[in-house]
Amino acid sequence: MGQALNLSKELSIAGGVRQAKLWYLQRISAMVLGICVAIHLAIIFYAIRGGLTAGEILGRTQGNWLFAIFYEIFVLACFIHAPIGLANILQEHFPQSKWSIFFAWLLAGLILVLGSAAVWGLAVGGAS
Amino acid sequence: MSEQALKVKVWRGAETGEFVEYLVPRNPNQTVLDVVTYIQRKLDPTLSYRFACRVGMCGSCAMTVNGKARWTCRTHVSHIVDGDSLEIAPLNNLPVIKDLATDMREFFTKWTDARGFFKGNKTRFDDFATVVPDSPERQLANAGIECIGCGVCYASCDVVALRPAYLGPAALNRAWTLVNDVRDTSQLERLRAVAGDAGCHVCHTQGECSERCPKALEPTAGIAGLKKLVGRAAMKGSQWGKL
Repeated sequence: MGQALNLSKELSIAGGVRQAKLWYLQRISAMVLGICVAIHLAIIFYAIRGGLTAGEILGRTQGNWLFAIFYEIFVLACFIHAPIGLANILQEHFPQSKWSIFFAWLLAGLILVLGSAAVWGLAVGGAS
Repeated sequence: MSEQALKVKVWRGAETGEFVEYLVPRNPNQTVLDVVTYIQRKLDPTLSYRFACRVGMCGSCAMTVNGKARWTCRTHVSHIVDGDSLEIAPLNNLPVIKDLATDMREFFTKWTDARGFFKGNKTRFDDFATVVPDSPERQLANAGIECIGCGVCYASCDVVALRPAYLGPAALNRAWTLVNDVRDTSQLERLRAVAGDAGCHVCHTQGECSERCPKALEPTAGIAGLKKLVGRAAMKGSQWGKL
């Protein structure tokens, strides 16, 4: 009985430390996202002063590895930040459900795959 | 009954029950505790409620008055009365024993769970510990040290309502004052105890606890301090070691 109590206490402490790490990662990724969004908006405002077509955008971004690296960092920050937040919201509103972690990983996978595919499309080319 | 009578709805029962209306004469400088006491002494002696000092020192008379948790002894009726009506209920987020008295055990157990108690390594044979009064740690501890455990913050917190395992603002505020106590020797255990989703990291920083604290303390600020300290300790370690 005493051992079981100790084990459950140790598990809950291990869970707490893991959640503290996730919190830390979410805050760091939020800082990266803040900078990325600011740069992203600044580029948009600068680039569309005289109107802009998709062709012109791709003309500038294709082969430009600086753009690609910047937007991949953007995608990675989203990949870390959003699923942790989604898991928190789901766990808070559906505490009995075991699906929150599944949906968080699903979102993480979608962001990573679709985001990276979009970056690849900008840098190398793809469907136009 | 004078024309100035207050219509006071008071919760009667436990988890299930109903509001019962009483007519109470108004007096100058009347507090909500005066109203409850009048009902118990003159109208219905079976009414249960809790109080001790009547002057805002003991923290035992907190109730939900017109929807908000307050000390009844330091709340003047004239400041919060809605027309001629008052609604008095037990504190939220705590089991009701009877009428206006709540079971505070869970609240205080969480203080212990958050390691909200001092552990030093000196005995009475040692010299006094030196704590510099204007050191940053002492100043941070000072900011939260005046808590008297009334439970107003705990009853006002939406996160406690959503997540019953959450330690709550009072316990975390106490942990924060102890984290800043340079004499304490159980800091790593304390950081582990307050980490994660039952601890500081689940706080939404809505600030309802700071808004409602009758002592004008800011548990939200202490919890934010704990979040940073514990997060860093989990990732990179702390002055007391890694979590």
